[in-house]
Amino acid sequence: MPVDIDIAKVAKLARIALDDEALARYGAELGQILEHAERVQALPTDGVEPTSHPLPLVNAFRPDEVRPSLDRDEVLAQAPDAVDGYFRVPRILDEA
Amino acid sequence: MTGWEAVIGIETHVELQTRSKMFCGCRVDVGDEPNTAVCPVCLGLPGALPVPNRAAIEGIVKIATALGCVVNERSLFYRKNYFYPDLPKNYQISQYTYPVGEHGRLVLHVDGEELAVGITRVHMEEDTGKSLHVGSGGRIQEAEHTLLDFNRSGVPLVEIVTEPDLRTPEQARAYGAELQRIVRTLGVSDARLEEGSMRFDANVSVRRSGTSELGVRTEIKNMNSLRSLQRAIAFEIGRQVEVLEAGGSVVQETRHWNEAEGRTVAMRSKEESEDYRYFQEPDLLPLEIDEAWRQRIAASLPRLPAARRAELVALGADDRTATLLVDTPVLADRFEAAVSRGAPARTVGSWLTGEIVAYARSVGADVEEVVPAVEDLVELAGMVEAAELSATAAKQVLAGVLAGEGTPRGVAEARDLLQISDEGALEEAVAAVLADHPDVVEQIRAGETKPIGFLVGRVMRATGGKADPRKVQEIIRREAGA
Repeated sequence: MPVDIDIAKVAKLARIALDDEALARYGAELGQILEHAERVQALPTDGVEPTSHPLPLVNAFRPDEVRPSLDRDEVLAQAPDAVDGYFRVPRILDEA
Repeated sequence: MTGWEAVIGIETHVELQTRSKMFCGCRVDVGDEPNTAVCPVCLGLPGALPVPNRAAIEGIVKIATALGCVVNERSLFYRKNYFYPDLPKNYQISQYTYPVGEHGRLVLHVDGEELAVGITRVHMEEDTGKSLHVGSGGRIQEAEHTLLDFNRSGVPLVEIVTEPDLRTPEQARAYGAELQRIVRTLGVSDARLEEGSMRFDANVSVRRSGTSELGVRTEIKNMNSLRSLQRAIAFEIGRQVEVLEAGGSVVQETRHWNEAEGRTVAMRSKEESEDYRYFQEPDLLPLEIDEAWRQRIAASLPRLPAARRAELVALGADDRTATLLVDTPVLADRFEAAVSRGAPARTVGSWLTGEIVAYARSVGADVEEVVPAVEDLVELAGMVEAAELSATAAKQVLAGVLAGEGTPRGVAEARDLLQISDEGALEEAVAAVLADHPDVVEQIRAGETKPIGFLVGRVMRATGGKADPRKVQEIIRREAGA
């Protein structure tokens, strides 16, 4: 059963610019993946514990200890733009 | 707002004061120099892997336990996906289903009434970086650039969400204040609103009184004091009622509290409705907080403000004094110690929450630095009880003690404030006054009581105000044969 996807919305949420041809292609491919998921979903899973992780492990913690941070000049040298120890990015409009 | 009822829920973010960040070893307390506590993990560099800080997990379990939540045995991290420059990974590690804590409650006392506020969830996440908007006008619309500091990125953040159980701005404020006290008592955060280590968002809607259907709600942000939390909610309730009464409808949106103008302003709405596409964080294992761990943490909790308040009331403090004392633990400690050593609760409570707090404020010091020792409080209270000091003179002595002039007795002597309660000395003073006013004594003998007050005044003047007026009156009545 074909699955209906708003592929343009998915692309927009992921901030990926796609042309019409790419939209059609990825739409079809994603559709196949979702169809597969639907088939799996149709299986009877009563009494089966949900698997959130494939590993039989929990609680990988670190102690609350401070480790050295990176050198700021080195960090900012990777950025397209920086000033006075800050990263500088184009202005943001949608929030006060 | 007659005829209307507000429905309010509050989301609170609390930064935990661990030494290192939530998922990396960068330090948390870094001062003002930007981007000096950053690493591949909190900058979201490709390939970096997060590892949870055990102390942060302990911190959130403390908060969830103190709020009476069910602490889930198994809890999961999720990615909350959105794009904003202060979020370098383009997702925030947070929780979704299976948060650390759920189904709690916080009991408040507002205007003598008890109110249980449901706690929907308590979940673990990480803070974002800080944006600084620069430009000509200082307003964001005029900002040419945004500057980013990632020192705060990845600081452990606990989100606490209430049920929509609050009905008035005053209740909302009381909730915020009590939550702040709890977090501080637990010692997991300094919870300073003005510095952003505790932040409130409020969801507000209104409906006709007597109806049960929820109205359209708005979310208000940017309240950085308890007072502005209360003011912002009060404004928003008024605004919504006005819109509805004019036949309009409330738009579901996020609004920004403008403290200077005292109003909420709609933030530019996003083109897309929010779609965070939550999915489980594949880089992190599930959390398992087993019974033994939960019990160990529960047993380690300090006395919470509500319990402390009840104890202080049992010692004789009234509700208001108990609340003030609990706000400043050193005052509660002093109160307890002084009262258990025999000082009257009323007197000591009023000194601690009145003169002593006022003195600290007047000299710009912390109460901890100026509060007198228990011995001094007990001695001072004892002198009042023994009628060596009048209530007024005791306050003068207290001022001297606060100013470092010495012990209460030393200050009372140096300032010559001790009352004369020695019978012999008083009798002498009374006899001299009676001898000077034989006519007045006659009137009293004839059954008039009014002139007694006149004679007491004369004795007080003769003793420089140091006589115990009750005793003086007693002696005059006896000697004048009233």
